[in-house]
Amino acid sequence: MATLELAIDEGIAIAPVARKRRLGPLFWAAIGWMIFIFVAAALVNVLPLPSPTDMDMLGRRAPASMLHWLGTDGLGRDELSRLIFGARISLTVGLCAPVIGITIGGALGMLAGYFRGRFETLVVGSMDVLLAFPPLILALAVTAYLGQSILNLTCILGVLGIPAFMRVARAATLTLARREFVIAAQALGASHARILLRELLPNVFLPLLAFFLLGVAVTIVVEGALSFLGLGVPPPISSWGSMIGEGRESLEIAPRLAFLPAIMMFLTVLSFNLVGDTLRALTDPRQGAL
Amino acid sequence: MSETALLSVENVSVDLPTPRGNLRAVDRVDLTIGPGRTLGIVGESGCGKTMLSRAVLQLLPKKAKLSGRVMFDGQDLVRLDPERLRKLRGRSLAVVFQDPMTSLNPVLTIGTQLIETLQEHLELDGHAAKKRSVELLAAVGIPAPEQRLTQYPHQLSGGMRQRVAIAIALSCEPKLLIADEPTTALDVTIQAQILDLLAREQRRRHMAMILITHDLGVVAGRTDEVAVMYAGRVVERAPTPALFKKMRMPYTEALLAAIPKIDAAPHTSLPAISGRPPDPTRPLPGCSFAPRCRYADARCQTEKPSLSEAESRDHLYACFHPVETAAEVSA
Repeated sequence: MATLELAIDEGIAIAPVARKRRLGPLFWAAIGWMIFIFVAAALVNVLPLPSPTDMDMLGRRAPASMLHWLGTDGLGRDELSRLIFGARISLTVGLCAPVIGITIGGALGMLAGYFRGRFETLVVGSMDVLLAFPPLILALAVTAYLGQSILNLTCILGVLGIPAFMRVARAATLTLARREFVIAAQALGASHARILLRELLPNVFLPLLAFFLLGVAVTIVVEGALSFLGLGVPPPISSWGSMIGEGRESLEIAPRLAFLPAIMMFLTVLSFNLVGDTLRALTDPRQGAL
Repeated sequence: MSETALLSVENVSVDLPTPRGNLRAVDRVDLTIGPGRTLGIVGESGCGKTMLSRAVLQLLPKKAKLSGRVMFDGQDLVRLDPERLRKLRGRSLAVVFQDPMTSLNPVLTIGTQLIETLQEHLELDGHAAKKRSVELLAAVGIPAPEQRLTQYPHQLSGGMRQRVAIAIALSCEPKLLIADEPTTALDVTIQAQILDLLAREQRRRHMAMILITHDLGVVAGRTDEVAVMYAGRVVERAPTPALFKKMRMPYTEALLAAIPKIDAAPHTSLPAISGRPPDPTRPLPGCSFAPRCRYADARCQTEKPSLSEAESRDHLYACFHPVETAAEVSA
């Protein structure tokens, strides 16, 4: 058999080509809005805003003025201040609940997808039970027993998100665990923990992160819906959902009281969806090409 | 069987339960390999080569059942406890897989993958591990190794990736390297380079190597001994020169005939082996190659020939009607 000796060109591919992906103005607008909302919510105590709970019974539903930039609500509380304080609640719940979901659901899904067998059957089965349980009844039951608080609300929404994260993590792990690099890692003497944390987690993390951002958007909406129904944060704390609920009473006189928080929620959810979708689109083709 | 064997596979069978019944992927295989020696395992797709290598590594699918013994360095890998087996893998036993596209983790850099393997087994600190990684990459012929450490697998070509996979396999100076079709997924021009690299590193490190391939041409100049597998069994085993001088098993002959020859006249048709290997879930009573064999007779259909040393002590074959004429050796 003839042997080919090809000299390797020392110059090839030394400098990695920086790849630019076009993300589009919509993506950057979404990022901009998210930053704006986060900064406003974080700095709410430093901003020169009137208290969100001080009532001015003489100035109820007052129009925009120098004192109240966006006017006052049905009880004479500053609308802008309530919106930003509401953003704090909505974002806290919206971020913390999916964190619970991604941690527990992600871990369960990866373990189920990697070890398979009875453990997988148990996990998938219990998630099906959780999915079949009506979420509103669960929220009602928990708030009835443990009382209305931000912590309880976050926990309910977090637990409700676990099955979805579990499914995403399990699906990704199932396909990855059959790839040769996992067998290669085993052949190199890697332990199960090492394979799960170092080989599989970095691969599963990207799809999970994209799903996490969509989860944030969904959670903000669900928190709004629960607050609208009076199952969310207890008054007088404001959240966007409860503000829409309160604004409903004066929809004919001052529609802005319902529409302003609705617009805030719409823009925020849209931003999270846009960023989540873009991230997913960025990670998907790479997954396929490898 | 020599006393000094590094690895000896003794009467190993692998059974895989499938919906269509039990599939015997490896059927009572015996093999030995001494330190620093090279064994070629040749056979077509689905003949159990990969399952055999997985059996040696104890990396069979969970449902697979293995019987027999795999003695490596005086220990039976089949009965070794998982923790000690894990320490052995990568340290003394290493593998290079067929497809470097999938055998490297797509989201970790080359450096991470190399350095972590080194740290796992050799207890090196970060700096020493990095230095050694650069040396290893340079040893397998990768230009600008320092820059490569920060790159991801998809930024390298197939040949480069296989070199990285080899560097990772060699990282802990294994005593035995299993190369499972290391060149099948690569360009023909790269194949010879990778095979030469493997041979060079093997000599330098005095490690034993099992070279698994479907190409008799690959094992011709690079192995000490060749085992030809068919339908899960070893059907002929001989030192490489003896095998190519006088192959006895009709299957080996047919495999060799199926390699295109460089001196053949243009447009000559290539004598392919007709038919397919038998369904492994329905074993034949006789020789598994009989339905495709041009020498087969009634006895081949009913009786299974055993692997026996008819010729000399080290040339074994399983056939009632061995090929008599000396096969032509392609230079």
